[in-house]
Amino acid sequence: MELVFALVIGALSASGVYLLLRARTFPVIMGLTLFSYGVNLFLFATGRLATGQQPVIGTTSSYSDPLPQALVLTAIVIGFAMTAFLVVLALRNLADNENDHVDGQREKPAPSPKHEQEVSSK
Amino acid sequence: MTHWLIAPILIPLLGGILQVFMGYAPISLRRTLAIATTALMLVSAIVLLALASDDSYRIYAFGNWQPPFGIVLVLDRLAALMLALTAVLGLFCHIYASGGADEGNRQFHTLFLFQLMGLNIAFLTGDLFNLFVAFEVLLIASYGLLMHGGGTTRTVPGLHYVVLNLAGSALFLISVGMIYSVTGTLNMADLAVKIPQVTGSNLNLVKAGGMMLLVVFALKAAILPLCFWLPKAYAKATAPVAALFAVMTKVGIYAIVRIYPLIFGEGAGELANLGMDWLFPLALITLSMGVIGALGADSLKTLVAWQVIISVGTLLAPIALGSVAGLSAALFYLVSTTWTVAALFLVSELVANQRGSASDSIITAPKMRHRTFLSVLFLIGAVAAAGLPPLSGFFGKLLILQSVEPGVEMAWLWGVMLVGSLLTLIAYSRAGSIVFWWNVDGHLETPEPMNNRVSISTGILTCLTMLIVALAGPLSDYTHATAEQLYDNQGYINILQTPVHIPQNPLVGEVN
Repeated sequence: MELVFALVIGALSASGVYLLLRARTFPVIMGLTLFSYGVNLFLFATGRLATGQQPVIGTTSSYSDPLPQALVLTAIVIGFAMTAFLVVLALRNLADNENDHVDGQREKPAPSPKHEQEVSSK
Repeated sequence: MTHWLIAPILIPLLGGILQVFMGYAPISLRRTLAIATTALMLVSAIVLLALASDDSYRIYAFGNWQPPFGIVLVLDRLAALMLALTAVLGLFCHIYASGGADEGNRQFHTLFLFQLMGLNIAFLTGDLFNLFVAFEVLLIASYGLLMHGGGTTRTVPGLHYVVLNLAGSALFLISVGMIYSVTGTLNMADLAVKIPQVTGSNLNLVKAGGMMLLVVFALKAAILPLCFWLPKAYAKATAPVAALFAVMTKVGIYAIVRIYPLIFGEGAGELANLGMDWLFPLALITLSMGVIGALGADSLKTLVAWQVIISVGTLLAPIALGSVAGLSAALFYLVSTTWTVAALFLVSELVANQRGSASDSIITAPKMRHRTFLSVLFLIGAVAAAGLPPLSGFFGKLLILQSVEPGVEMAWLWGVMLVGSLLTLIAYSRAGSIVFWWNVDGHLETPEPMNNRVSISTGILTCLTMLIVALAGPLSDYTHATAEQLYDNQGYINILQTPVHIPQNPLVGEVN
């Protein structure tokens, strides 16, 4: 179980970071979402991966740590709100710059010879 | 357990909630209540400053859980100093904002108060995860504030700011998780006890967590490889917001000063002074980078934004060297530079409002109105920021230079800081002479009138630098005691032994 868990976290984080480095806002948001899933799973694993254990100290020899779950819950709530805000901001960027490039650059298509002729003839 | 500790968090929280429901109330009523809230917060910060100056630690345990269980607020000299610094800054920025900058968005005051609340939680908390939550509270308010005022120019820097900080938050969570997985605690005092006991392969986990935490704080503090988001974002924000943001980079520095001497300090065994070797060269490079940026700035606000980065470098260099004198000098300079930079942001906006389409660009323009008043304010701010006598920036830099012991570090620090100060001075003289002295013929199109609130708040905030000079003795005594308290871990660790719950009447609640 540990290996599968670690691979899942690694895959989520790697694809998240890759997408985060893209130049369009949509992949960036997807990347941040994936990265935060990876982080949440990682946080969850810090309490050790134990199944079928009680979260109460003193009842059995080993126990399941309940605190990481509280941390993950907080992180999920915050991450959800932030992602919602980021989506709105990205839409605003699209509206303001008519482009969803993260630097807001307007792509300048190479002027076609035909278009230039039209302009000069006028 | 004194209940004053929760006041700096509760006051802006309640005031902010009140503002949420007052979106359609007359703006004068909203302004009055909002400024009253900030003024009350200043009162509570001053009470806490008075409480903290007896060198003892005060804790406020939520739900009366004995630390390390549950979340605690801890008040010491450093926390009280930062609270008072922020409250003073917040009050003047708020008065400035009520001069017209708060129009256009009904929730401006709500966001402003929540931002102050987030800052206060960050300064008071004694728990690493709670520090993360505080960062998120202040960040989400700052996202809203950064976009305030509309205009398409703010969208792209805002987007960069949000994405960078979200990535930073993810890193924060990873590092917190790494540290928790080994120590099983997130209470800072308990961490200071547990981390020296870590051995074997766990050592590398904690080390990785600690270094990653430093990256997160470096992002907040805008240390060199992570500082390029700052000038654009700050230069584009409205003046009161940019001025309040002057304290945001200081939160990163506060977190470094709070956590590293305590948890990874001298007593941390193999993990002692983690990351501090990296911090010193990075601080000097940040300082140089800031100076180059300031020399190349094309508008007053960009110039001041680079000044933020210069001050970050100047602050971190003595902190990284880890001496009591150095930390004390850095804290003195921190107070001075935060208020000065904030005042310069406000002055830049006032100048921009008077110059029509020339705005705050460093170009020649027709003679502006209120030129004498604005140029004197800019002169005071520039002298304090560049570190010329007789204003407070000079004393701060002098203390920092004095605090270094002779050696290689001294040569580097003196060299970079002195050359940097000279070049900063050139940058300010160039900007000031072009904007205020070189006037071309012609008249400006409809300059906006300057009302009393903005001029008075800017004037007082600028003149606070003279107040620091007048009170330099008591302030440096206070910062010296703060630095000594910070390097004495035992005091902080003892909060674990402080009994929180003293039953008034043991019979109440007894179950038969």
